[in-house]
Amino acid sequence: MSACAAVAIEVDGLEKRFGALTAVAGLSFSVRPGEIFGLVGPDGAGKTTAMRMLASVMRPDAGRIVIDGIDVLASPEQAKSHISYMPQRFGLYEDLTVDENIRFYADLFDVPARVWQARAEKLLAAADMTPFRRRLAGQLSGGMKQKLGLACSLVHTPKVLLLDEPTTGVDPLSRREFWQILYSLRSEGVAMLISTAYLDEAERCDRIAMLNAGTMMYCDTPAALKERMPGAMLEIITPDPRAAHDAVRGLPGVRGVLMVGTGIHVHVDSGERRTQIAAALTAAGIGIESLEEVAPSIEDLFLALLEQDGAGEGG
Amino acid sequence: MFQRIIQLLLKEFLQLRRDRSARFRLLIPPIVQMLLFGYAATFEVFNVATVMLDQDHTQESRALVDSFVHSSRFELVAVADDRRQVQAAVESSKAQLGIVVPPGFAELLRKGQSAPLQVLVDGTNSNTALIALGYAGQISGAFGQTYAQDLAQRTGRALGRPLVSVKLEERYWYNPNLNSRWFFVPGVIGTLTLITIVNLTAFAIVREREVGTLEQILVTPIRPVEFIIGKTLPFFFIGLLEVSIVTAVGMWWFRVPFEGNLLVLLFGTCLFLISVLAIGLLISTLCKTQQQAFASNFFILNPMFILSGFSFPIATMPQALQWITYVDPLRYFLIIIRATYLKGVGIDILWPQMATLAALGFGLFGVAILRFSKSLD
Repeated sequence: MSACAAVAIEVDGLEKRFGALTAVAGLSFSVRPGEIFGLVGPDGAGKTTAMRMLASVMRPDAGRIVIDGIDVLASPEQAKSHISYMPQRFGLYEDLTVDENIRFYADLFDVPARVWQARAEKLLAAADMTPFRRRLAGQLSGGMKQKLGLACSLVHTPKVLLLDEPTTGVDPLSRREFWQILYSLRSEGVAMLISTAYLDEAERCDRIAMLNAGTMMYCDTPAALKERMPGAMLEIITPDPRAAHDAVRGLPGVRGVLMVGTGIHVHVDSGERRTQIAAALTAAGIGIESLEEVAPSIEDLFLALLEQDGAGEGG
Repeated sequence: MFQRIIQLLLKEFLQLRRDRSARFRLLIPPIVQMLLFGYAATFEVFNVATVMLDQDHTQESRALVDSFVHSSRFELVAVADDRRQVQAAVESSKAQLGIVVPPGFAELLRKGQSAPLQVLVDGTNSNTALIALGYAGQISGAFGQTYAQDLAQRTGRALGRPLVSVKLEERYWYNPNLNSRWFFVPGVIGTLTLITIVNLTAFAIVREREVGTLEQILVTPIRPVEFIIGKTLPFFFIGLLEVSIVTAVGMWWFRVPFEGNLLVLLFGTCLFLISVLAIGLLISTLCKTQQQAFASNFFILNPMFILSGFSFPIATMPQALQWITYVDPLRYFLIIIRATYLKGVGIDILWPQMATLAALGFGLFGVAILRFSKSLD
């Protein structure tokens, strides 16, 4: 027991190959207690593989994982009692009730009855699920199932919580409650590693790591990463985003264009390009409702950084 | 460790209590199958559909036909006027057996000579054909003997040879009336247990894999061995229950006598169940979906059944297949259950089978655990 470990998760040179494919290559990072650490990246970037190795359901080919001072590869059983792993679809027993599911997972972790009962009450209240305790898990909505999954994975008070795209397909309200629970875990000192496809969620993390093709490209706070983005981001609201996208792409100084709902985000080398772009759009007969320089979202950032690497400039 | 196994066990029974269709599948099919097997599975041949062609039209030929008709083995379905009609009746499956008494049959008999009787058998089902032919031989043999004795008496031994024959004094041990139900019912208990429990075990584990609860459980501190024990133990108890129910049906419904010691049978059943659970577990490690499990079960259970000696004698199988039967747990259990049921023997006689079954069970279980741990990666 290392009661006051400064590092809850330490990953060093983690590597996993599937035949010729390298899923994770030389991944290293560390997470402090109470920190929410995000893993972002396109599908196939190696997020799930990394999570599964941390949860010790998959053995890495190389590297070291230390969780709360315990070497996961050397003593997985011991490490497991401090870890909780929550995949995209938490494995619930649909023919057991909410309470019975929680109880079952509590028992697997040898949590005394009095402890888990108090804990379950608190967790279910936070998830707004107290009225459903006797309902069968199979009869819950998708969002409620995930919240129940979270309750099951927290019932043994883990020190490390691994969340693999936990809110995919979950309704916005449940997602908000889900995140409120995560925030409340910070004060308990739980280290959280979360992979997500939602970039607004990535922005809620304390730090994020960007993964691409099994390697970590960047790792920093969302704000610091944004500062790394060279140039500026212009948001243009227009009735015809597709036409605007095609008209702007290829103009001098334009590094990338991304369609976003009612308009486009244009990544330019400098904010001064705005007059030039406005002129080009007007010339093409495309209406402009507004054109502003905005703070880049993580999604903009991710694409911009990928582009930059693709251009051979290196990070 | 025990705490976690017990929790798994409780969870399994809780799920079972809630799953009405699982409870149904557990109880009703074995009983129905037992009844079906008990009534339908028999080697005995009665009421063979028979067509007669009497071309002799004598007192003797009619007497012979009568002795066929009056036995319960044959049932006269048609009387033919010529050979073509006999052939047609057999071809159309109206009759399975044709008996032709050729012209001059009685004449030969009266001279004290052998008279031919033609029997045409539909050999499609070779087993029934052979048995029916045996009965036909018995009936015509008896007819011939009686006739010869009669003839000898009538002619003062001038005709009808003095009879020298070996008479069999038959005593069938353990099943004095050669009731094939006595043979089948104990076998059915073993076979049904094998099928039901392998299915239940394989499906229960594959379902956890499919739903994702297996992976969820494995990220908890539970060890694979604990999981396996917690997951198979319920089916061990269910297997014992199943054997008890089906045995009760065999004893009280079909009145198959149980000569042996119930504890010996219980012990043998426990050993058998270890193998059965291991096979279910092995199948579950090979399959990702319940559908695959279903296909594999069929692929594995059917050969086990055929090679068990349930109805096809192992001694007549080709040598290579006989070797395979040595790793078929059902083979040993059938010996144990039939011997305890009908012969009433105990462990002093059955220990080789028990020991082999134990070795096989623990061996298979070991392999299953290794494979299971590997299949998690």
